[in-house]
Amino acid sequence: MSTEVATPEVKPAEPLFSKKNRALITDPLNDNNPITVQVLGICSALAITVKMSNAFVMSISVLFVVVLGNMIISALRNVIPSRIRIIAQLVIAAGLVTLVDITLKAYVYDVAKQVGVYVGLIITNCIIMGRFEAFAMGNKVGPSALDGFGNALGYAWILVAVAFFRELFGSGSLMGVRIIPESWYATQGGFYFNNNMMILPPMALVIVGIIIWVQRTYNTKLIEQA
Amino acid sequence: MAFDKNSNSFTFLFATILVTVVGTLLAVTYIGLKPAYEENVRREKMQNILASMNVRVERDAAPAKYEELISETFLVNGEGKPVEGDAFSLDVLKQYKDWKAGVLELDQLKYPVYKATGSEGQVYILPMVGTGLWGPVWGYVSVKKDGRTVYGSTFDHKGETPGLGAEIATPMFQDQFAGKTITEENGTYTGIKVYKGGTGTTDPHGVDGISGGTITSDGVGEMLMRTLAVYDVFLKSTTNSTAAR
Repeated sequence: MSTEVATPEVKPAEPLFSKKNRALITDPLNDNNPITVQVLGICSALAITVKMSNAFVMSISVLFVVVLGNMIISALRNVIPSRIRIIAQLVIAAGLVTLVDITLKAYVYDVAKQVGVYVGLIITNCIIMGRFEAFAMGNKVGPSALDGFGNALGYAWILVAVAFFRELFGSGSLMGVRIIPESWYATQGGFYFNNNMMILPPMALVIVGIIIWVQRTYNTKLIEQA
Repeated sequence: MAFDKNSNSFTFLFATILVTVVGTLLAVTYIGLKPAYEENVRREKMQNILASMNVRVERDAAPAKYEELISETFLVNGEGKPVEGDAFSLDVLKQYKDWKAGVLELDQLKYPVYKATGSEGQVYILPMVGTGLWGPVWGYVSVKKDGRTVYGSTFDHKGETPGLGAEIATPMFQDQFAGKTITEENGTYTGIKVYKGGTGTTDPHGVDGISGGTITSDGVGEMLMRTLAVYDVFLKSTTNSTAAR
């Protein structure tokens, strides 16, 4: 991979995991998180966080698309005509997403069925277009890959965190494994009800809001000065 | 740079090349993986058919088990009479959509029947399709040799709300069907009603729907009522003829 980074330039090639490049991965996890700070990709965060397994598959698919897409865009950045750059980015994103979709259907059919409609939505995920336009168009292949990886991870952990609460309180299970015993349920003579609000999309927004709140309590530099 | 990347001619050239490359790549991948995908769909169908008679197998084991248990497949028309055609390859979902769109008349519809031997004797497996909240719902109901007692069932959907309507695909909903009957003792058709969720019904011809998944439950109810009525005609004719023999 380091050979890809080394382009004939005057200044010495930067090691791939330099401090600056490491920040590309760690930044999106907290200080510059795509969901909680940039508030991008909210739509998919609402749609596929009912079950943790769906959130994982979505995260992995986004990771694949954004890393590979970032690398392709970055490699082509000097030849993409600027007037059609958004269209070119969209074609590449759509191509990769369709590739993911076909591959899932052929090899992990059960998963593909569960996330089927949402995989197509990756194309419109603002994080992907955002990274292509803001980072890959102006940086080398190596850092672009790291940036894509970091942002996908930042997206993934929020998704999984939201899904954790929604699945636990909405369905009483985690990753499909039952956590709250059947015998507690009112229908079985117990006292417990699943919170159906958790299943509905608006509750995802509330949970994302709470995560933002908690994050800003600990990370005070995110608080905007009035 | 030797060329002007923002010139009109290069913009056209770039767009053409990009689209051609991406298009070719996708076409090749799709054609390459299509057999694997279609085999998955075929095996899943077998898996669903088997699941409705309470035989649960892994998808890879489905074809062998299907061969072993399904003894006969055929199509019947709305009057329960056998008609020409292959039951397994008939796309009942497409047929249903064509009927809803007015391409097919009600009396042109064909109904597949799978005759199988389960652990408790011979069963008839009856496929059905209906409409949920977001898209189609479908399922298979197996009926015992007496032609009225349900042996098992399986339901699935395209995109019902996870945790609500999508619960029709869980055992919690499906296990209610075993032992229910689709006719009265005297043979009057009752079908199987889907009640509001959480009523805890003891109706021998009804099951509990999904709380919070009312439209999906109603869709399943409508599908059961409509399709079982047709199969009831067929089942009455076959059970009568075998009884008379």
